[in-house]
Parts: sequence; C-alpha cells; structure tokens
Amino acid sequence: MDIKLKVRRQNPEADDKPFWKDYAVEVPEYYTLLDALLKVREEVDETLALRCSCRSHICGSCGMRVNGHAALACKTKLSDIDQGAVTVEPMGNMPVIRDLVVDLEPFWNKLYSIKPYLQPATDPPEREYVVPNDTMFHLDGVVNCIMCGACVSDCESLSVNPIFIGPTALAKEYRFVADPRDAADRERLTQMNGPGGVWDCTHCFQCVEVCPKDVAPMERIMAMRRMMMDMGMEQNNGAKRANAFMDLVGSYGRLDETRLLMRSVSGLGELMSFSKVGLRALWKGKLPPLRPHRIAGAPAVRRILERARNQRPRRFKVHQAQEEGVRA
Amino acid sequence: MKYAFYPGCVAKGGTPELYQAMTAVGEKLGLELHELTGAACTGAGVITERDPFAGDVVNSRTFAMAEQLGLPVMTICSTCTGVMMGVKGRVDAHDDYRERVNQLLADEDLHYSGQTDVKHLLWVLVEDLGLDKLKAMVVNPLQGMRLAPFYGCYVVRPSKDVDPLRLGRMGYLEKVIEALGAEPVEEYRGKDKCCGFPLLETNRRGSLALTGKRLAEARDAGADALVTPCPLCHLNLDGQQPETPEAGRVDAMPVMHLPQAIGLAIGITPERLGLHRHIIDTKKILAKVAVAG
Repeated sequence: MDIKLKVRRQNPEADDKPFWKDYAVEVPEYYTLLDALLKVREEVDETLALRCSCRSHICGSCGMRVNGHAALACKTKLSDIDQGAVTVEPMGNMPVIRDLVVDLEPFWNKLYSIKPYLQPATDPPEREYVVPNDTMFHLDGVVNCIMCGACVSDCESLSVNPIFIGPTALAKEYRFVADPRDAADRERLTQMNGPGGVWDCTHCFQCVEVCPKDVAPMERIMAMRRMMMDMGMEQNNGAKRANAFMDLVGSYGRLDETRLLMRSVSGLGELMSFSKVGLRALWKGKLPPLRPHRIAGAPAVRRILERARNQRPRRFKVHQAQEEGVRA
Repeated sequence: MKYAFYPGCVAKGGTPELYQAMTAVGEKLGLELHELTGAACTGAGVITERDPFAGDVVNSRTFAMAEQLGLPVMTICSTCTGVMMGVKGRVDAHDDYRERVNQLLADEDLHYSGQTDVKHLLWVLVEDLGLDKLKAMVVNPLQGMRLAPFYGCYVVRPSKDVDPLRLGRMGYLEKVIEALGAEPVEEYRGKDKCCGFPLLETNRRGSLALTGKRLAEARDAGADALVTPCPLCHLNLDGQQPETPEAGRVDAMPVMHLPQAIGLAIGITPERLGLHRHIIDTKKILAKVAVAG
C-alpha cells in the first residue's frame, strides 16, 4: 500500500525552528510505522534521525508522537491508523536533539530521584521473602513499565509545570510504595506530598491512554494519594478537597462547588484570589444556592460512604507483619 | 426516545444555563427525559480517589434507579460520563464484585443487574437520534461559524471504557458541529486535552496555564468559539478565562455548552439557552448567526 508520512524535523544546531517533511513510500500491509520510517531512512532520506532497537515493543526506544499522541512506532501498525497522511513528531515535554530523537536525560533524572530500588527494613532473608499472593499480583501492570517515555510525552501537567515529577517516576514510586517488601513507604509518600508530587497530576488520563504496556500511571498516582490520606497526610489542598467532597456528598448527596472550593484552599489569601471569579459568577446569577439542595435519599448515600470505608482493605507490609508476629 | 436523565451537579450548580438549555433542546428534539432526582453525585473522580469502592457503589445506585425505570442513563457532562463508564467497567463484568456492591444498595431496595446503558447527549445525538435527523431539524444553520470542539478528557479517555465497541466516539463532536451548519475547526490541537479544572485547588497556576493554552490554541486555529459537552471544562474555559495568563491582552473566546450550540441551530432563543449567563460575552457568536426571534 502507498503511505504518506508527514514528519516533523529539526536540527536545533542548524534550523531556527522545526519544519514538516513529507515522504511517500510503498509498503506491505503488515508494516509497522517503524518499518516504514526505516524504509524511508534507508531508501529515501538518510538524514532522518530516529531511535529504535528491538522492534518488538520490549526496549521502549522508538517512542514518538503519531497523529498527535505518543506511541511506540514498532507497535503501531500502519493498517490500523489513518492512511490519508500519518503525522509523526518527536515526543513532547522533552527537548529535541534531532528530528525524532529527544533528550531523555531529564526523564532519567526524575526517575532516579525517587530511589527506584527496594528499601527493605532489614537485611534480606536467607531464603525468599514470603508474602501473600494478592499483595504482589496487583503490581503486575506496573512492573511492566519499559520506560519508553510515552506517558511523560503526553502529560498535560508537565506541559505547564516542569517541576512535576511526572507519570513514569510516580508509577515507579508506587511500584515500591505498594511492594510489601519495601519499608520506605512513609518517607517516599512524604516526599511525593510536596510541590511537583502527586497533587500536581491533573487527572486527564493521557498517560493511561498512551501507555503501550497498560501501566496506568494515573491510577497509581490516585492510589498513592489515597495511601497518603489514610496515613494522615491531610494538610494539603488535595486531601482537604477529597475529604470535603466526601463530606458534602454525604450531607447533600450532591456537590456544591462553592463550598468545595472554600473548604479545599488554604488561608484567606488563596480564597481571596478566587473571589473575583465568584463575584463575576454572582453577577451572572451563576453561584450555587446558599443552602444546597439535598437529594432524596441523601442519608442512604452517607450510609453507603461510611459502610464502604469500613471495607477498605488493609495494606500488607513484610516489616509490619514481622513486628506484629503475623505470618504471610 | 426515553432516557433516565442525569444532569449532574454542575448543571444544577455552577452552570445553571446548561440545565436550562438542555431542557429546551430536549423538548424540541423529542427526547423524553425522566430526571433521576434522587441520584447522587458521581464523585467526579474524587470519591474514587478517596475510596474506589464507595465510588462504585454510589454510581451503581444511580444505575439501579435507571434500571427501575427500565431506561438508559443520559448525561450532559463528560466528567459524569467518564466516571460512570469506569464504574461500569469494574462492576458489570464481575458478578462477585457486583454482589458486594448490591449488598450496600439493599437498604433502599435497589439492585443493579449490570445492564444499564450510559450515554452522553453527544453519543445520543449520533447513535440514537442520528445526524440526518438532527440536520433536518436545523432552521438556523450556524453558517460561517468556526467552532472548535472541546471534548473534556473523560468522554474520550480511557477509550477502552468510554468507547469499548470502537465506534469512533472521538470525532462525534466535529460531526455534530457540522450537522448544525457550522465549520468544525479540525486542526484544533486542544480538542482532547485538559482544561485544567482538576488542578484548580491543588495547583491554580498550573490549572490556569492549561486553560490559557487551550484558549490560545483555539485562537491560533481561527476559532470563533469553543463548544464543549463538559460543564467542568466550561467552569475553567469560561469562568476562569479572565484569570488566565493571556487574558486582557487578547480577544476573549466565548465557550458554548453543547446543547446551546444545538439550540441556536434548531431555533431556540439565546435567552432561553442562557447565553447571557456566561462570564465571556457571547454576543460575538450571536452577531455571526441569524438567530431566531
């Protein structure tokens, strides 16, 4: 089949800004995007720069943006995507070295900053660690991360907030926080409770959508928020919002955005910064009523929230189980 | 076409014009909407963040109420839709888990069988009503208007939850805009990106930067206005627009709720659609279309 590739190219040392270059090649139906790009490089334009290695979605080298979103070129079958013209760009949120090759150094540095290795409380046991099956099974998805950078490329929060540690590092952090053998969970979570940590995620699901290995970084970030709150780290806007949300829905069955905001932000200064927005809304008759409407069955909703809370599973940690004399 | 109508908290709170517009549009399109007045908030992802099981039960309660009526749920909020579809993904497929959920619903004699369908108005327009029928009802084509689609994350992601049959739901908004006689701004890069709303309390600067970015992308693509099926996006794109970094230096960008855009095209007055209740003036839009008196 004939395929048109529209590739965003740039050599920052020579070009002022990126430019688009079109390539037309004939390829078999079964070709992946990576196959086609390699054919272009070998037969049409040897100056096209890209990274790749295993060609079978194991190594994570060929991350790039395909039709606007991050993907592994070797996992993208041309017959599955729009054949009018496929746009190919370097991954986002990373500096371009040349064409489709990006500088991954900031990416690795963020990953190293979370201490991506096991920190047990004591020396390893003589034989293997003994843990219940279900305390490890849920880590299956997250240990599959191949560190391709797709999630970081499409992270909305990172696009406006460079200090955000980002989805790859946070998914890795979860991998240790939730590992029953790691004992540094409180320290890890305390670090992620500050600026650039879990509360800077904007919950947009981009990382979940583009991850080629179903790591679901955002779900891990939400799980860490929950762990923090369960540990009592509740003096921040995010935790205050979550608790206020539960309380408002428990009281009225529905949300009241004004009250939620007032109970989530810290201090008068922050509240004042929202006051102009509130006044404008008031002027347009858009502020929610002073006394929120209560749905029929609100008490039942409160009961559900309370009973569900009592069913929350307890986390298993090897060192705690040892201290308490519990065997796995 | 009958639906168990779930308006969501924001349509009855911070964006009352959405509820107002939907009521008028529903009537004219012949959608019979039975409002679930006893249904609770979906949690907008925050209940799930605090306690996933609680989130699943509260939403299953809504599905059970719709089941009692024998109707599918219709929403008008991307966030409500996404949360509900996520819950369905977990609850529908696993009988044991659903039984645990149902134990907490028994107090109110509710039971969820795992069958309730959930559809955003946007999906109803394309899949149930049909674009041809919508087109036939247009009396004031929004000709000459370039409308940028703004989906709101949760109605398009994760796609395995919100478009499990791969119907191409990411793409519906452009089709609806076209059916209304306007020109969808296809090259608008912000269409499936984040409006910044979920960061509002935890990182306001980041939140407003995202909002500003989406508005700038719309301006750069030559849009006259944005159209969104999500009132939470509207709270940021319209309500917080004057607070964004670029505000005051560039032209304001009006933001319409999806039912308002439909309403204008099918001959409902701007007044009834609540277009005067926006923070960013919508006169610019109204000047462009020959609006019904």
